[in-house]
Amino acid sequence: MNMLLKGGRVVDPANQIDGVRDILVENGLIARVGSNLPADGADVFEVPRDVVLCPGLIDMHVHLREPGQEHKETIATGTAAAVAGGFTAVACMPNTDPINDQASITEFMIARAKEASLARVYPIGAVTRGSKGEQLAEIADLKSAGCVAVSDDGRPVATALLMRRALEYASMLGIPVINHCEDQSLKADGVAHEGFQAARLGLRGIPGEAEEIMIERDITLAGLTGGRVHICHLSTRGSLRAVRNGKARGIKVTCEVTPHHFVLTDEALAGYDTNVKMNPPLREAADRDEMIRGLADGSIDAIATDHAPHHADEKGVEFDQAPFGITGLETCVPLTFDRLVYPGLITLSRAIELLSINPAKILNVPGGTLSEGAPADITLLAPDLMVTIDPTKSRSRSRNTPFGGWTLRGGVAATIVGGRLVYTNEAVTALAAHR
Amino acid sequence: MIETMPPAAAAPSSQAVTSLRGRHLLGIADLTREEILLILDTAEAMKEVGERPIKKVPALRGRTVVNLFFEPSTRTRTSFEIAEKRLSADTLNIAVATSSVTKGETLADTARNLEAMSPDVIVLRHSMSGACHLLARICRSRIINAGDGMHEHPTQALLDAFTIREHKGRLEGLKVAIVGDLAHSRVLRSNIHLLNKLGANVWVAAPSTLMPSGIAQFGVTPTTRVDEAVRDADVVMLLRIQLERMQGNFFPSLREYFTLFGMTPARLKLARPDAIIMHPGPMNRGVEIDSEVADGSSSVILEQVANGVAVRMAVLYLLAGGEA
Repeated sequence: MNMLLKGGRVVDPANQIDGVRDILVENGLIARVGSNLPADGADVFEVPRDVVLCPGLIDMHVHLREPGQEHKETIATGTAAAVAGGFTAVACMPNTDPINDQASITEFMIARAKEASLARVYPIGAVTRGSKGEQLAEIADLKSAGCVAVSDDGRPVATALLMRRALEYASMLGIPVINHCEDQSLKADGVAHEGFQAARLGLRGIPGEAEEIMIERDITLAGLTGGRVHICHLSTRGSLRAVRNGKARGIKVTCEVTPHHFVLTDEALAGYDTNVKMNPPLREAADRDEMIRGLADGSIDAIATDHAPHHADEKGVEFDQAPFGITGLETCVPLTFDRLVYPGLITLSRAIELLSINPAKILNVPGGTLSEGAPADITLLAPDLMVTIDPTKSRSRSRNTPFGGWTLRGGVAATIVGGRLVYTNEAVTALAAHR
Repeated sequence: MIETMPPAAAAPSSQAVTSLRGRHLLGIADLTREEILLILDTAEAMKEVGERPIKKVPALRGRTVVNLFFEPSTRTRTSFEIAEKRLSADTLNIAVATSSVTKGETLADTARNLEAMSPDVIVLRHSMSGACHLLARICRSRIINAGDGMHEHPTQALLDAFTIREHKGRLEGLKVAIVGDLAHSRVLRSNIHLLNKLGANVWVAAPSTLMPSGIAQFGVTPTTRVDEAVRDADVVMLLRIQLERMQGNFFPSLREYFTLFGMTPARLKLARPDAIIMHPGPMNRGVEIDSEVADGSSSVILEQVANGVAVRMAVLYLLAGGEA
């Protein structure tokens, strides 16, 4: 089925396009972008003028929980949440049960994603077998099966020697090592950012330095090996300083930040809501502000949600006992618009860079552009839509978001993956097809 | 009831608030200065009840109070139970071994099951900070925090303030030195909130390993030199040092802790001659406190225990007393 998207505002920073255009999609690919394109038998979609068409958003850090933890999320529900959040592709972390440390599990994930047929799914393989930090996984095999990167997310590669080997080996294969940087001995049994708020509430602290120490190590090792390291969800001023220094020295380091780390601070801990318990923890206002500066000045490469679904029963316990993590796929676009674009902190095209172009580059996957011949992965944004976050309406199987009840300006109108309309927001009028 | 229930001493400061009915007591942080004074004034009247031959008033007759203790406690649980009985409440003690919590029922489910039996008040002691907040979100019953993790122990701070006020007549302007395991102490946190709200001048002393992060933001003067804290203090309050802190390498040995921070008669001489010595218990003699000090004339440690009953009666009465 071919489609002609008529009349919306096309924003494609890679081709320096920002204006009203038509997009013709043929056989799942972008055929033409221009003005007054003929339908040529394609289904015509009249796009409202205030809707933005941009390259499909890519969330390079999600947890889809399948196989093994289907009570939290499945690949079907996770990708349903993804497309509802405007994401045409997601990269999923290997901390499933079993761990994605061999090709058969990668293949299973890809097969499940194909069945769901919503967002594209790019599995991330484990660095080490069982993510135990002892012996390298068969990374080449994982790559052949479809993995786009390796990570022992949540269980950082503990020794410098092993990280060195991983970087060397992965660089031979042309894929990045993604590390959740956190010195486990310094983190100890911490549950919240170490500082006044945690001290006041009697919560065990995780110092920002636990993150910074390992980021410094990994950047140093990337320098030693020439490998490519991508830093997960960085959250402190010191971490960003380390990344900036690394980049200035020409080291191949990239990094991401989550929406909750550019929106919330540890003051949200008052009340002990377990939906503000995540790792890395919410930091101080000065850290949050520095994340925003990094997003604006280019030192942060990507926004990634770290979508971490957990069942209500798992979260409905004492703060100390609750698992770390919150959902993020469906709240990312509204938070990015409302907290970054509308206040004038970043431009819309910078947001697209952070959410589409750069993740595609880092993972070396298609996307990030609406160039002719590219896959027709298109996100239709509704910048003026007022969105009230309602966790009960989430497509995800889990509801663990701290943003329930928030009203934000900016949302998703529709999502197109490979030329197929996989999501339309009923709140946005008129995206009806006609011949 | 009116003739057996002595009216709360009418302190001018308590004019604005006369009740805490329907509220929870999750921490001192939530209370205003006026509310704290109301509790202390009410406790004075309650103390008088405890001095009568028949130590009972019908203030909570027909009300059910559950003492839900997930941590071993002798002093606090007994104190609450006596307070409840003196107010004629129907009381029920549930002690849950912490080890069974992780395997068995969740705190939320335990609370929901108790709720189904319609208690008026749940007194909760739990090893994790914020457990009372969790209960307060789920339950219609009033929740009284009897100590949650490292967060707060509000009735302890109230009985401490009551005891100080009995001896000094006021809290405003007093120098209070708190010495011990500050990082892990819920007693410290409640006391800081309370003493600051009532205008005391709070000094805290501990080894730097046991100093909470961001301590200066608490509005106290921190020091690692205990003598500075104790010098000219009106009140010296010691906190318990737990043995397991040594395994966590917070300090090398109990012996060295005692040398640097233990409250000895010599050290106590730095304080004002009329200074009082306090300890929330249970004491480690020879670790944070020398027996000579613990049992000496400056010690008000057993008075604290006695006052605990009066203060808890006041809290229970103000939260759950009066018309339903």
